[in-house]
Amino acid sequence: MRRIFKQMFRDKRTLALLFVAPLFILTLMHLLFNSEQVDPLLGIEGADDSFINKLEAKNIEVQTYTNVKNAHATVVDDELDGFLKMDDEKQQLTLLNSDPTVSRTLEMNIKQITSKMQIPDQMQKSLNQEDSTVAISYVYGDEDTAFFDRLGPLLIGFFVFFFVFLISGIGLLKERTTGTLERLMASPVKRGEIVAAYLIGFGIFALLQTIIVVFFAVNVLQMILIGSIWNVLLINLLLALVALSLGILLSAFAESEFQMMQFIPIVVIPQIFFSGIIPLEGMADWLQVLAKIMPLYYAGDALQSVMYEGLGLADITGDLYVLLLFACILIILNLFGLKKYRKL
Amino acid sequence: MQHAVSVKNVSKRYRKNNVLRQVDLMIGAGSVYGLIGPSGAGKTTLVKMVVGMEVPDQGEIHVLGQSMPNLSLMQRIGYMAQSDALYFELTGRENLQFFGSLYQLKSQQLKERMKYVADLVNLEKDLSKKVSTYSGGMKRRLSLAIAFIQNPDVLILDEPTVGIDPALRLSIWNELLRLKNEEGKTIIVTTHVMDEAEKCDCIAMIREGAIITTGSPSALKKNYSANNLDDVFLKAGRM
Repeated sequence: MRRIFKQMFRDKRTLALLFVAPLFILTLMHLLFNSEQVDPLLGIEGADDSFINKLEAKNIEVQTYTNVKNAHATVVDDELDGFLKMDDEKQQLTLLNSDPTVSRTLEMNIKQITSKMQIPDQMQKSLNQEDSTVAISYVYGDEDTAFFDRLGPLLIGFFVFFFVFLISGIGLLKERTTGTLERLMASPVKRGEIVAAYLIGFGIFALLQTIIVVFFAVNVLQMILIGSIWNVLLINLLLALVALSLGILLSAFAESEFQMMQFIPIVVIPQIFFSGIIPLEGMADWLQVLAKIMPLYYAGDALQSVMYEGLGLADITGDLYVLLLFACILIILNLFGLKKYRKL
Repeated sequence: MQHAVSVKNVSKRYRKNNVLRQVDLMIGAGSVYGLIGPSGAGKTTLVKMVVGMEVPDQGEIHVLGQSMPNLSLMQRIGYMAQSDALYFELTGRENLQFFGSLYQLKSQQLKERMKYVADLVNLEKDLSKKVSTYSGGMKRRLSLAIAFIQNPDVLILDEPTVGIDPALRLSIWNELLRLKNEEGKTIIVTTHVMDEAEKCDCIAMIREGAIITTGSPSALKKNYSANNLDDVFLKAGRM
């Protein structure tokens, strides 16, 4: 037992991790889950003031419109969460539905208000609230959209990132600890060749993993996929490239497999929170900035755009370029990192 | 005699430790040169600089007439590290193939070299086994075989005979001497075993990062009027 104590105190990193990492993650979760709820934004046409007041009392921000031709386009262009068009008898509600929970809130509130207004003249209808006069259409997804449909794309990205990171990191770590990396450096291979070989070698496995995960998710789990599967594969491949180079880079700072695992709470877990599982809009500004340096944030955004919102390649090029930039920076850092073994 | 390796006024520091202090070495082509000294004396650092993996802080190193580090020159230097740098999941043959491919040997050439080096270290029967099942001595022999794989002109062996049984040690030394005599290879060996040092044409004794004396074993013994190299080391260290 005393030996365990001694060993633990020698390994400062493990010790620090044991006590600091849980606090770090808890703090992060605290900040994230306590972030302000953003009020849903509703566009509205043809409603009277009393109706608008009732909406605002329910914490719904209202923006009034006139003569809207295409509700879908308005919702997407003006970044509304929903659009309500009121005529004398019926109401037409268009929901963005990028976050099903926001849609549910909007829908519920509007139904409540409209049915209350109908009580005096339409007593019989109030008995059955489901029979509301509000007709609903969705920009993304449909009424059966579950939280998982939005989460699924993010999880695919996360798993690809996580496993590729671990496998490549441990792979190179083994080369470092057994001395084979050093031995490679005593041969005329260039540093670039080693990094490239690693990227291609593990890249092929990453590609296979991505294909299996995506096909399984879409075909077996019936995960929603509106956009092209090729775009999904492309995003995941780029993400895998980032994970690969990150794993290789961080393996330089680990002396054992155990220390490699220690990077998980520091490098991998925070990325889950920022990948879009929790809406970013409600976070504090500095947390939003933090999200912008996480590769998984961009991958998550792109994956959601393609799988859930059905956007095409042109709409995700920004995300793809950022991922590519991450990969390039990490690869260059790797080239310098190998200088530790050979100066040339 | 032409110099295969020349080390001029080389110093190296790691953080605050002076690992090497103004080391000068002239190693003649076609000779076996021994670097003798206790562990931690700086032998490995010196050897790594000759191989081209480290850069001296001061001074310069030339191998085969060209300044190191030099990538193309690495093709002509065979190196065996102190620890066995092998892929344990692969078989002995696959290890040889992999390292051979690093030196861009053609497949026919590679096949011949693989047969030759495996024969040299008595591993031809075990090449299909995974390295993880090898004994310590077998791993050492495989490392040695890998150092020979590209038929280098200069062979640098860092503690090559640690953990190898006496019979095999003798056969390795005989082979090193044969390579020197018949093929004119230059061989640099580090060791702390004094009776191996006797077999070298010339030795340099290193202590605490500095060379305390150099010369052929017989000349050293005569100069210090000592019976064996251990005494030479002790006497030279006192001065």
